[in-house]
Formats: sequence, C-alpha cells, structure tokens
Amino acid sequence: MNNLEKYLAVFTETFGVDEERAKGLEYQAIQEWDSVGHMGLIAALEDTFDIMMDTDDIIDFSSFEKGKEILEGHYGIVF
Amino acid sequence: MMFEEFMQIPPYSLAQKEKNLLLMARLKELTEHHRERCVEYSHFLNAISYDEEKAKYIGDIPFLPVRMFKDLTLRSIPEGDVVKTMTSSGTSGQAVSKIYLDRTTASNQQKAMVKIVSDFTGNSRMPMIILDCPSVLKNRDMFSARGAGILGFSIFGAKKIYAFHDDMSLDEDSVADFLEKNAGRSILFFGFTFMIWQFFYQELLRLKKAGKCFDLSNGILIHGGGWKKLQNEAVSPKEFRNKLAEVCGIRRIHDYYGMVEQTGCIYMECEHGHLHASIFSDIFIRRMSDFRECEIGESGIVQVVSSIPESYPGHSLLTEDRGVILGVDDCPCGRKGKYFKILGRIKNAEVRGCSDTYEQR
Repeated sequence: MNNLEKYLAVFTETFGVDEERAKGLEYQAIQEWDSVGHMGLIAALEDTFDIMMDTDDIIDFSSFEKGKEILEGHYGIVF
Repeated sequence: MMFEEFMQIPPYSLAQKEKNLLLMARLKELTEHHRERCVEYSHFLNAISYDEEKAKYIGDIPFLPVRMFKDLTLRSIPEGDVVKTMTSSGTSGQAVSKIYLDRTTASNQQKAMVKIVSDFTGNSRMPMIILDCPSVLKNRDMFSARGAGILGFSIFGAKKIYAFHDDMSLDEDSVADFLEKNAGRSILFFGFTFMIWQFFYQELLRLKKAGKCFDLSNGILIHGGGWKKLQNEAVSPKEFRNKLAEVCGIRRIHDYYGMVEQTGCIYMECEHGHLHASIFSDIFIRRMSDFRECEIGESGIVQVVSSIPESYPGHSLLTEDRGVILGVDDCPCGRKGKYFKILGRIKNAEVRGCSDTYEQR
C-alpha cells in the first residue's frame, strides 16, 4: 500500500465509510467523526505512519484534505 | 476583537490591568452577540436594564445564574448547528444543565485548554493513563462533565489506556504492562478527584500492603471535579497529595477548577497550590448579600467570565460555588493574573435565594 492508500484505509476503517465518502470528508460532517472519533482517527494515523502529532496539528486537522496537508507539511509523509 | 487574538498571547503572561482591557473588549462583544441571537438572553438584559454605555469594567458585565441553563434552553445558534450538547453532572434529584456547542465554540474550547494545560505539562504529548472506565464516553451525543474532561485532556495523551474496568475495579495488568512499555518516560494521569481517591488510591494502598508496588514517580497527575465527596470523608487537598505521593511516588499533582458551562478555560493549580485564571477567562468573588465584589481574602460566591462561548450565552455566569481571591499578579510561581481558592458549594436554600433575588432585581 502506498501512503495515500494507507491514509484512506484509516478513514474508511475508523469511520466505516467508503472511499468516495472518505475523500472530501470534513470534521463533524458525519456522526462518527465527532470529537471522540477524532481522537480515534489521530491514534490510528499515528500508528499507521509511526508519528506523534502536535496538539496544534490535532486541532487543525479539520478535513480529509487538510489532514493530508498536515501530514505532508509537518511529518514528511509524501502522498 | 476575535478569539484568535487570545491565542497569540501566552496564557499567564498578562498583568491584571492589561488582561482586563483585552477581556473587557471581548466580553462586551459577546454580550452584544448573544443579545442579538438569543431571545431569552436579550429578555434577561432588558429585565435588568443593562446599559452597554455604563459597562466600563468586566465586573459590570451582567452575570447569568448557572441554574438558568437548567431551566431554559439557551442557545445563540440555529438548532442545526449544534454539534455537541454537554450536560452538567447534576447532583441527584436536580435538573441538569444543557450547553449547546457549535463547531467554533467546541474548537475554541479545545484550543484554550491546550494552551492552559501546556503551560503546566509542556508541549509534548505523553503516554496517558485515564483513571476512569472506558464506558464514560459511550453516549457520544450527550456529554457529561466527566466525559468532557476526559475527552478534553485526551489530546495530551499519545498512547492512552483506561485504568479501570467498567465496574471501576483497577485493571492492574494493563496498567503494569503500560508502565513497563513506557518506562523512563513522563506519564500523564487524568481523572476525577473523588474517583482517584476511591478507586485508585485505595486500591494502590491495598496492593502495597499485599506487597505489590506501583512506581509512578515519573507521573503528572491532573485531577478535577471538586472536593465535596472527599470532604465528607475528611480528606484535605494536602492529605490527598501526600498520601498519593506516599503510595506510588507521584509528586507532580495539579488540581483544576472548571465547569461544563465554561468548558475549555479551566483554572489550573500551580506548584504552590493556587488556582490560576488564564487570559481566556477570569473569576470574581461576590458577596451573598448584595453581589458586590469582595475584597482580596474575603470569601463569597464565584462568578466566572470566559472569552470562549459564542454558541450559548455563557460568557458571564454566577456559579453555585464559594471561593476567595488570594492575590493578583504576585503568586510565587510567576503566573500573572488572579489566583484563588474554592471553598465548596453554597447551600441549596442559598442557591435558590440568590438567583431569585437576582431575577427580581
């Protein structure tokens, strides 16, 4: 799996949505991605990519797209 | 005057005078914001003949008794924008408060809290042991104060485990395993004061007597929720700290004061045992008899103001707690602003008394 596939898989598994829905997903747009789901998502991403995110980045992580930018910009994960 | 401006300033860096200017601008803005968006709140302002022109100082901003959130649906956003409803823990037999959050307010709560807590724990996230059971977060739409606290603090945890099973018995093996995996690192513990005492301390004590010791000297414990139940058991804050240090070696212990009606801007206890107001919020102590501001050192009813609430009119509230300001700008820990102590709850009859008086004013 490349990084994008891994990233997608975290979303589909954490929130139980299909890939199409996952792309373009925003925080609080579905019930599963609430503040509890958010911490689950972060934990899964940290495991998958073996990173530890800063609190600021966890707060800024407001959408599927924004998350990609953060991982790419601050953690050197290339999509 | 946007909330973002507060984010640029270290949370305990402003002397009270400077802080007053910043906070006053924001609170006046919030008062108008809610007047325009919440009918009940505008009725309240009319009822007390609030005149914005005459409000010169934060103490002049009207305060709503917290119990109003139990009696009324107070919201400054359309129902469809509500992403989370928080409820107060509510002592048995009493109605619970309902606090409605939209995305902006929920996110600003978390941002403020991170700023405040980082000032005590440092910026890096730590392995975290939550001194509670996993089922607390089960109902995700309706959050109790307990759930809100756990979730809010979870952001500081890198890896997290819950220390208790759902029946509140200590999950000894998981805790021991987690400590071993994270040996040598600082570990964050979070929980509620009474539950820590009842389900954690007592159990550690029992295990120690049975010859099984946990070494938590690398830990930082943050706890909140109040002392009422422990006062009944005659456990003082000092004893709480000493006994915990004795049984597991943990020494960095911070109490905090906060409420679901103003989630986010919590008041953390410093190394000298004082609760501190950050730039995001402030505290006033008022006399029971006429609601005038008390002097430093004089106890009274706690009023809290916060720069955060946009989705509900909770930026200035009269609580049902008693407290006392200990000083301003001069705590030996170096943090600026007011520092204070909470003395407990005001009695039932008095609660009714004062809010009734207030409504009739």
